[in-house]
Amino acid sequence: MDIERIDQIVDEHGREADSLIQVLLDIQSEYHWLPKAALQRVSERLRVPMTRVQHIATFYKAFSVVPKGRHEVHVCLGTACHVRGAPRILDSVEDLTGIHPGETDLELKFSLETVNCLGCCALGPVVEIDGKAHGKVTTAETPKILEQYK
Amino acid sequence: MALLHSPEELERFRRDLCDKKDPDMPRISVCAGAGCLAYGAAELIESFKAEVEKQGLAAKVDTKGTGCPGFCERGPVVVIYPEEICYLGVGPKDVPEIIEQTIKGKKVVERLVYTDPNTGEKASRESEIPFYKLQTRTILSNNIKIDSKSIDDYLSIGGYSALAKALSWMTAEEVVDEVKKSNIRGRGGGGFPAGRKWEGSRDAPEKIKYVIVNADEGDPGAFMDRALLEGNPHSVLEGLIIGGYAIGAREGYVYVRQEYPLAVKNIKLAIKQAEEYGFLGENILGSGFDFTVKVHQGAGAFVCGESTALMTALEGRAGEPRPKYVRSNVKGLWNRPTVLNNVETWANVPFIINNGADWFTQFGTEGSKGTKIFSLVGKITNTGLVEVPMGITLREIIYEIGGGIPGGKKFKAVQTGGPSGGCIPEELLDLQVDFDALTEAGSMMGSGGMIVMDEDTCMVDVARYFIRFLTDESCGKCVPCREGLRQMDKILTNITEGRGKEGDIETLEELSELAIDASLCALGKSAPNPFLSTLRYFRDEYEAHIKDKRCPALSCKPLISHYIDPSKCVACMICLRKCPSQGITGGKNLIHVIDQDKCNNCGTCLEVCPPKFGAVRKFSGEPVPAALPEDQRKIVRKSKSK
Amino acid sequence: MSKVQLTIDGKEIQAEEAMTLLEAAQSAGISIPTLCHHEKLIPYGGCRLCMVEIEVRGWSRLVVSCVYTVEKDLIVTTRSEKLDRIRKNLLELLFAHAPVSPQLEEMAREYGADKNRFEQDASFCIHCGLCVRYCAEVVGKHAVGFIDRGIRKEISFVPEIAAQECNDCKECFPLCPTSYLQAAFVLTEALVFPRGSSGSAPQK
Repeated sequence: MDIERIDQIVDEHGREADSLIQVLLDIQSEYHWLPKAALQRVSERLRVPMTRVQHIATFYKAFSVVPKGRHEVHVCLGTACHVRGAPRILDSVEDLTGIHPGETDLELKFSLETVNCLGCCALGPVVEIDGKAHGKVTTAETPKILEQYK
Repeated sequence: MALLHSPEELERFRRDLCDKKDPDMPRISVCAGAGCLAYGAAELIESFKAEVEKQGLAAKVDTKGTGCPGFCERGPVVVIYPEEICYLGVGPKDVPEIIEQTIKGKKVVERLVYTDPNTGEKASRESEIPFYKLQTRTILSNNIKIDSKSIDDYLSIGGYSALAKALSWMTAEEVVDEVKKSNIRGRGGGGFPAGRKWEGSRDAPEKIKYVIVNADEGDPGAFMDRALLEGNPHSVLEGLIIGGYAIGAREGYVYVRQEYPLAVKNIKLAIKQAEEYGFLGENILGSGFDFTVKVHQGAGAFVCGESTALMTALEGRAGEPRPKYVRSNVKGLWNRPTVLNNVETWANVPFIINNGADWFTQFGTEGSKGTKIFSLVGKITNTGLVEVPMGITLREIIYEIGGGIPGGKKFKAVQTGGPSGGCIPEELLDLQVDFDALTEAGSMMGSGGMIVMDEDTCMVDVARYFIRFLTDESCGKCVPCREGLRQMDKILTNITEGRGKEGDIETLEELSELAIDASLCALGKSAPNPFLSTLRYFRDEYEAHIKDKRCPALSCKPLISHYIDPSKCVACMICLRKCPSQGITGGKNLIHVIDQDKCNNCGTCLEVCPPKFGAVRKFSGEPVPAALPEDQRKIVRKSKSK
Repeated sequence: MSKVQLTIDGKEIQAEEAMTLLEAAQSAGISIPTLCHHEKLIPYGGCRLCMVEIEVRGWSRLVVSCVYTVEKDLIVTTRSEKLDRIRKNLLELLFAHAPVSPQLEEMAREYGADKNRFEQDASFCIHCGLCVRYCAEVVGKHAVGFIDRGIRKEISFVPEIAAQECNDCKECFPLCPTSYLQAAFVLTEALVFPRGSSGSAPQK
């Protein structure tokens, strides 16, 4: 992790304390997680207490304070998908990957999260992997879908 | 340097744009909204462009990705202009035929147009399709006409004319008055009269004020704001600038959830374009009015859709709502007068300014004027976005527009208002949809999510689902919400898992009352609604779960068993092979039997058993019939007679 | 500052203009239960125990008295069947976390709350926020803060700051209604304080 890059991101947002969330979003999107050293640097450069940075890094679901796997699996549990059987899909994804939502497997291959509506309700139930939405998923299909990802 | 410095320059520019367009030139409009993109719309657009190029037609045919037209169930959606022929479920393999038949041959490709599932009748024009016929698509109809990334497209359909009118010919007070006269109520869920909100800020003595677009759209199942912000970002922006002028704000914010990356991209681009053209910045269109807009992304917290939490997040803090007894339109962001409105509310503003409040009030009911966009999802044939006048009945939306329940299943309830709303049962289907009618029925309008449920949906599970959702999303600051919902979640989970007991319903009711009376914000105060409304209309389901350990909808896994009916099983081996627990015994000509000890109710066998056999069924609250003894499981096939 | 006249529990009170209802009641000797309130801290409005019923211009509503500012002619009620029920339920919910809390137990006796109504949960923190807010607003060191949200919310010390500041301060310790704070500090000190700090790092 590059301190200079962190500084750059902070400066891009004008070094204003109220841009804290936007700064962290940029760091998360670049590194796929928020290393503690990055949080400390942001706290220094934006002159906000570490407690506030910590709170925000853990309050919002978009952030992760642990490294993520190569493939991010998001199972939509929005109401429309729920009604179309999403919980069963989640169960089968958990069985196949061996992890629960919020976890990453030991090989750092898959990270699993549940999301509350991706906005493609017509395709429900939806599983989004690495930003690609797989629609009308059935429990019978989940092994095939996950096998595509190495 | 701004491109346009006065309303006259704007009109000249617009005329030039329109003059350059040939109304007879064929245009291929492919929906490039997030839903259709997930269906492969990007590849489809490339296929069209490639084929057009190949056929040497690039100069004569315009191909573009557009905003979402709402018929999401049948995507990817393609509309060919000028004939307005609407093709559904189009794939790259259909492209050569469309170019050949429709673009060049001016003929309709019958197999790609809408076919009525009951009558077989075809409808080739968008306006003839039943899904669209009953709608009043004031706002949404523009989506399919424009490339969301092109400000010129927006200008050519009249964009920014309302802004010009407001800035040049109306005072700020007149703008507020027009919005007040229109009686438009907030489209985000609160339903507060927007004009009154604006007036409160207009009258506040503070010099610095703000306007905010709430594009946090957290209600699961609702994606109207997404389609608007992605599909026609300038319409929202124009409304916001007018609002800024009306209340005297020079700064605006668009708070958009980061789960909508395409919407973030498109609104940022729209702002940049508006700045280049002079609709944002200093001395807009020569009026002396300055205005700038910043985009702020959400970071994954439903509670930030609540206005005080949203403002706290804009200030760079954790989105914890504040106990406030002074309204935000007087003391809001940074304690200054702030008008926060939903995306759809802002999108209505240019129409109200251009056409007048009287035009707006012709739609809707006494208490709820105008149209509303709903996301019709769940167990419904025509999933998608519908825009209807307030006052239309639920029955019309679900059956005539939505095409009813698929799979021959029976309607059970429609959930509106997201996690703050409730479920409306069949006996109320003739309810006229408006803010007050929905509230009276124990639900609410909310942001517009409309989730249809059928006989297979367990209503206790629906209540549990929403309470679990809110427990997850609660900011945790106040006790009634954080601790109360936690306990409600436990009790409801116990009920759905067969551990419900006498007194549970009363405890849930008491905790509901606590949350409603004592919560800090609207998330907590409205959290009990899904429970209370399902209890009101489906009490029998709660009692079945608690007293009989039975799930009437055959849905709650711990309370159901799967069983293969030996009289229907033909030993096709499909379920046997697919069972993830290897829990089905049988073989060729040997009736399949589910080992109840191995079965975890995943439902795969039910899913894969071919419909013509339909041998798998579920039991709840009673034991499955004993399995046939092994020697009786052989199927004797009758020999085919010649 | 001018005085504002209002009625609390039938008593006519003259309050200072910027007072909250809680302060006005306290100044008149009327007690309202509180948990997350502290005179040195910005009102939080989290525990909801101090809720009262107010009537203004014929409209009645429930508000938290630690935040609501006094208004002319307000009619305030601090005890009623509804308010007592709210407080009883709030206390019962809190007891699921705090088996030993003298403060809560005293209030429980007053409002008839059943300590064992809800199943015990593992965490003793009741999220009153006193420690976090005291360190931020009074001491200004920001050594302890909240992390996460909802039922997963916890207090968390910033090891680098706590190792340097806390042993000489500990002003927040007596504020914790459940003594969870002290336990959290000791745990943090033992597990994650930077090595060689405050003389309490374990020997190699």
